[in-house]
Amino acid sequence: MTDTLQQVLAPDGQKVGRAPRLRKEVLLQMYEAIVRTRQMDDRCMKLQRTGKIGFSIPNLGIEAVSVGGAAALDPTRDWIAPSYRDFGMAFFHGVTAEVMMNTQFGNAEDNSVGRQMPVHFSFRDPVRFLSISSPIGTQIPQAVGIAMAMKMRGEDGVSLASFGDGGTSSSGFHSGMNFAGVTKAPVVFLCQNNQWAISCPLDRQTVSDGIAVKGEAYGIPGVRVDGNDVLAVYAAVAQAVKRARAGEGPTLIEAVTMRMGGHSTSDDPSKYVPAEMVEEWAQKDPLRRFRTFLEAEGHLSSVQIEEIDTRIAAEIATAGKTAGAKPRPALETVFTDVYQCLPQHLVAQRDDCISHYSSRDEEVDEKGEFPL
Amino acid sequence: MSQLTLVQAVNDGLKSAMREDPTVLVMGEDVGPKGGVFLATEGISEEFGEERCFDTPLSEDGIIGVGIGLAINGMKPVCEIQFQDFIFPGFDQIVSEAAKLRYRSGGQYTAPMVIRTPYGGGIRGGLYHSQSGESYFCHTPGLKVVVPSTPYDAKGLLISAIEDPDPVMFLEPKALYRAFRQDVPEGVYRVPLSEVRTVREGEDAVIFCYGAMTGICEEAAKRANETRGAGVRVVDLRTLMPLDEEAVIEAARQCGRVVVAHEASRFCGFGAEISALIAERALDSMEAPIARVTGFDTPFPNTLENYYMPDARRVLDALEQVLDYE
Repeated sequence: MTDTLQQVLAPDGQKVGRAPRLRKEVLLQMYEAIVRTRQMDDRCMKLQRTGKIGFSIPNLGIEAVSVGGAAALDPTRDWIAPSYRDFGMAFFHGVTAEVMMNTQFGNAEDNSVGRQMPVHFSFRDPVRFLSISSPIGTQIPQAVGIAMAMKMRGEDGVSLASFGDGGTSSSGFHSGMNFAGVTKAPVVFLCQNNQWAISCPLDRQTVSDGIAVKGEAYGIPGVRVDGNDVLAVYAAVAQAVKRARAGEGPTLIEAVTMRMGGHSTSDDPSKYVPAEMVEEWAQKDPLRRFRTFLEAEGHLSSVQIEEIDTRIAAEIATAGKTAGAKPRPALETVFTDVYQCLPQHLVAQRDDCISHYSSRDEEVDEKGEFPL
Repeated sequence: MSQLTLVQAVNDGLKSAMREDPTVLVMGEDVGPKGGVFLATEGISEEFGEERCFDTPLSEDGIIGVGIGLAINGMKPVCEIQFQDFIFPGFDQIVSEAAKLRYRSGGQYTAPMVIRTPYGGGIRGGLYHSQSGESYFCHTPGLKVVVPSTPYDAKGLLISAIEDPDPVMFLEPKALYRAFRQDVPEGVYRVPLSEVRTVREGEDAVIFCYGAMTGICEEAAKRANETRGAGVRVVDLRTLMPLDEEAVIEAARQCGRVVVAHEASRFCGFGAEISALIAERALDSMEAPIARVTGFDTPFPNTLENYYMPDARRVLDALEQVLDYE
């Protein structure tokens, strides 16, 4: 099972496997989430290049993994413990571009109150998309704990842990997989194997025969799926979710894809990614593939494609402008949310801080940029 | 009311909290049927079932990471780390995750949990069963750090920690686990966090201490009283973070002569924070330089353990030094 690459759509969009039964609205919702992710990438790159935001993470090439995975979840009962390259998961479940742009700008309406770098999203509604942290793999055991809590209460929810190929080397991957195996927690491990951990290629990350096989040692079935085939990713995750809901325990899914952009907006992948590899993967583009399928099925016309592109482009441009115009968080928010109640030493520090900055006669040098 | 040792009081505190709140869970290595290596969880899996008190794989990173997930999703995990010395594989989950989750999500997600762990020396445990790592945790905003020194406090503080909305490091001085008994009320009662306990009154000098050093400092204060009639106050800090700073300043001002004692090594130890606090806010009341009595800035030795850990005589020497200063 771990050796074969599950596929529904060939790179040219032809159906080669059994397509999951999905309503047209859901298929179009998936399509729009991929388009939205791609356009968000473009816009964030421009915003970063023009100095409007400090940083972003390109999702180019991997969109089908996030969207296919998210589409198999029920937001009323399931949880997502995401990685930072998962914009599509939030978009699929209806998080708006403006809410995401609030985090990109770190403004007063950002869910993280301007405390985190861009991209480190946190959403509670319309989907439980756990706050992202920068250390790799820490969300994996947390996803297991979230799943165990549901199992203990007799709920049928599932949690999905998303991570990259680099994440499989982290201690959290191994401890999380092992705990899940032992407890049969209702969790889905979705590895976005995009071939690169910043500049480290997969064959320097692990010499195992892919990622899916790593489940075996933990007693967890592993599945390999074409990560540029949104329907194949959906089908594999839906199957894993079904197993988890039925009390059959966790599944490890390796979605094989390729990060077509840099690690971040500050990274130049041409220094280490062979050009021929990019050309080869460009032939497998997940957006084009899905669009070809939807057109062949009669779900999408060229007029609709144009309409969707234009509408989403306008929506994201507006979101960027709106979020960029919002004020930044008030100074006192540096001190809130450390604890539920502000302890006395933080009251004193807050008061000193506000008094200093409100009375001094020297401007604060606000220069600062992220170098990586 | 029954006469309990500190470890029995911890056990009783866990059981009382679990009877009160069905979301409270106990998890860790060997905490199930064996009852933990120090028997802190003895009888819990029998009473509450192995769903609520369960053995975990040998992975501190996993215990704390999974515990955080449970806490995020509505449970109240009390994670046991077998020895504080073994906590470091889980340090990332504590420092990067539990401590920062509320802040980084603007309060959307929180990790209300307790991480209990035996700490400190006195059991001939050498480098890896004796360390006092409280400063690592006190230096991490978002964590609370609690250290009981009596059975009564251990139970009452543990219940407060379990009910607290923020992650709490609960460091149990293992040298005191079976050192003495004390009357401990049955059922739930609370000792509030961030309040010091004045162990002994006095106006000539004050010793700030916590955990296993508390009894040692009390002994030193008694000896100073017997030998020279000095009235030495002993203040058990109990919660190191967030510290009851006002109580520290008040005691320092009233006494004017200060000793700070802890087992942990000196450099950047908790005594440095107390000393700085007093230097900043009560220097004008000081009649002598502050003296610190601490472990040395070395790893914790085994054979010479009792030379490393401050005893009453070392505290007394420091006390005499501050009392004699003119």
